Amino acid sequence: MKEIKAGKITEEVKRLCIEAACDLPEDVETLLRQAETKEESEFGCYSLEKVIENFELARRDMVPMCQDTGIVVVYVELGTEVDVVDLSLNDAINEGVRQAYVSHPLRKSVVTDPLFDRKNTGDNTPAIIYTELVPGDQLKIQILPKGAGSENMGALKMLKPADGVEGVKDFVINTVVGAGGNPCPPVIVGVGIGGTMDKATMLAKKALARDVGEHHPDARYQELEKEILTEINKSGVGPQGLGGRITALEVRIETFPTHIATLPVAVNLNCHAARHKEVIL
Amino acid sequence: MSEIKKIKVPLTTEDVKDLKAGERVSISGVIYTARDAAHAKLLKALAAGESLPLEIEGGVIYYVGPCPAKEGQVIGSCGPTTSYRMDPFAPTLITRGLKGMIGKGPRDQKVIKAMKDHSAVYFAAIGGAAAVIAASIKKAEVVAYPELGTEAVRRLEVEDFPCIVAIDSEGNNLYESGVKEYKRV
Repeated sequence: MKEIKAGKITEEVKRLCIEAACDLPEDVETLLRQAETKEESEFGCYSLEKVIENFELARRDMVPMCQDTGIVVVYVELGTEVDVVDLSLNDAINEGVRQAYVSHPLRKSVVTDPLFDRKNTGDNTPAIIYTELVPGDQLKIQILPKGAGSENMGALKMLKPADGVEGVKDFVINTVVGAGGNPCPPVIVGVGIGGTMDKATMLAKKALARDVGEHHPDARYQELEKEILTEINKSGVGPQGLGGRITALEVRIETFPTHIATLPVAVNLNCHAARHKEVIL
Repeated sequence: MSEIKKIKVPLTTEDVKDLKAGERVSISGVIYTARDAAHAKLLKALAAGESLPLEIEGGVIYYVGPCPAKEGQVIGSCGPTTSYRMDPFAPTLITRGLKGMIGKGPRDQKVIKAMKDHSAVYFAAIGGAAAVIAASIKKAEVVAYPELGTEAVRRLEVEDFPCIVAIDSEGNNLYESGVKEYKRV
């Protein structure tokens, strides 16, 4: 067994949270710069210019690129030969989140009870943690601070198997176009197809943590990703929803086997500030 | 691109009527922040017959929950939040004299009707330009509901805050006309 100290996990999670909030990944930066050259509308170009100026400033001064520094979603791949010592894995991660949001000027956006109390927890914990057991002696931690503006525009539909490819396309396109300017377009569109109701939504979110240019391994889904993107960008929604050509930057599909009687489809959106960071211990 | 129109808050009815959807503006003067939780409290205060902790007459509310300020900063990153969540509250405040709202994303018909009936305007700030917007804020202080943390009502002194007139007092709506212009059938 390989021992990993909880303190090391906390330290890394803290660093990743701060970096994710302030430093836009280079692959997303490239997508935004390409979008700016392709956009035709006056306001679209203006807002993309401002967005680019903004992430350059955020990176230079290490301040958050968006005031919504999110609820922290954490994907963990825990090797079966790894032993986390001193604290539980979840406690070590939450401590890292707490330290990041308390020590750095990040907004604390998490409330305790969702319906009655809605009192701010004061340190942005708890994180939403998904842990998967994998073979080996490595621990991979991926951080995805998720803003609510785009999260609120997500949707799930339990389609009939007979609805097929057209049903999936219609639902995804209508969800993105219907969201208009609300999720801060141009967006990245995470799509989960298959599994169960819950599994489809998890796949859609996991797709948002993918690197730019990474496609579904099956050529048919790759084609579908392209087709849906083209259709979305015909909608005219554009950057900020004020009209333009670039409404979405990428469509990312994730799939899972499903039941004979169902075809679940989930859409999870990310604004243009597609923040994600990872580390392997 | 259109010229940038400089405007000063508080806004008069004439100021508002002069603003047309699609114009770029830079806003200077005193504005107030309020979002979900603060709006609920503002309306509760009105219902109880209490006075509001902000100057509503001719006022402008910015929908934002800022990040904490870094040392040496007036305010932390503070881009607009999505406005539709404030739609249930906005008409009442417009009736009481609110002349402008700053946020992002479309508004519902009730808000637009109140804007037309009482001459108010809705500005879109650039969602995601939070660090850039912070630079246009010269002074910030919490004036009500400090217990709400980031959601407290703040009085902001702004200089050349960049916005776009998204919906004007005649109901012209860039979220509809702009999208229509670029839609491909």
